[in-house]
Amino acid sequence: MNIKVMENILDKNEQIAANVKARLAAKRIFALNLLGSPGCGKTALLECTIAALKDTMRLAVIEGDLFTAKDAERIARQGVPCIQINTGGGCHLDANMVNSALDSLDLEAIDLLIVENVGNLVCPAEFNIGEDAKVTVLSITEGEDKPLKYPLIFQQASVTILNKIDLLPYTTFDMAAAVKDIQGLNPGAKLLSVSCRTGEGLALWHEWLKEQVGIKQNKE
Amino acid sequence: MAIAQEILEIVQRIAAEHGTAKVTRVSLLVGQMTRLEPESLTFGFAALAGGTVAEGAELAVTIVPLTGRCNDCGQEFVIEQFRFLCPFCESAGVAILSGRELSIEHLEVDE
Repeated sequence: MNIKVMENILDKNEQIAANVKARLAAKRIFALNLLGSPGCGKTALLECTIAALKDTMRLAVIEGDLFTAKDAERIARQGVPCIQINTGGGCHLDANMVNSALDSLDLEAIDLLIVENVGNLVCPAEFNIGEDAKVTVLSITEGEDKPLKYPLIFQQASVTILNKIDLLPYTTFDMAAAVKDIQGLNPGAKLLSVSCRTGEGLALWHEWLKEQVGIKQNKE
Repeated sequence: MAIAQEILEIVQRIAAEHGTAKVTRVSLLVGQMTRLEPESLTFGFAALAGGTVAEGAELAVTIVPLTGRCNDCGQEFVIEQFRFLCPFCESAGVAILSGRELSIEHLEVDE
């Protein structure tokens, strides 16, 4: 016997993501889903961002990690609220995990919520978590071939950040090819080149965040 | 693996709703854009399905090509090499028509 199903496998996650989005919208919180492979500099970018913005807006962080609290400890040192989600080996955060983590945050006291996803270029792209924007970090040392190998995560990103540009002289990274592929995947998206080590290019990133938070707060 | 788990949960629920004792085949639509490997999906599903109603069931994966429609000139086309630019008018306003599917189409079950 044949049973017709026609069911989207990610429907359950999408429903919870819509709920998370509504919870955040009610408090006018701008939420980012920070994506990228292990070691690309997601946590370093977060540290730079917090240091630059914590005096002008109220930040909070949700840290996704397979097993450890290492990143959450780094963030907590910066003096902003930080909730750790351990996925216990799971390769991505899903909307349900983020929904539960919101219960532990004071949503009245947050302007910008940054969710650092598990380091992975595949599955996190499929699971919306109720964010306003996805931001994908690609570091120079990973190679310029990654956008076409993992297209969805770059196609879905409102901003792609090329990190570790201070290492460009020591690699064979083809910047022109990377830019062409990333813009081909998502022509309307923002592409920023930064170094979290030297601080180069970060001002534009901070400006973009301030602008987005402002837009969200003025939304009817 | 997470996707395989979601598939199994849906299969188990549908099987229970129909009072089915054994699922023999699960037909999936997988868009090219998801970049899911049918082999790893099959492997994960087989590992998880042991001891359930779907033990030994075949996963039949149909890959759906990535296609788009230009918001400016209205042409429809296959998106090659993940380049989201209209091949007719070079517009960057391309909407995805297909290629992001991730769905269970139907189940074959023993009566």
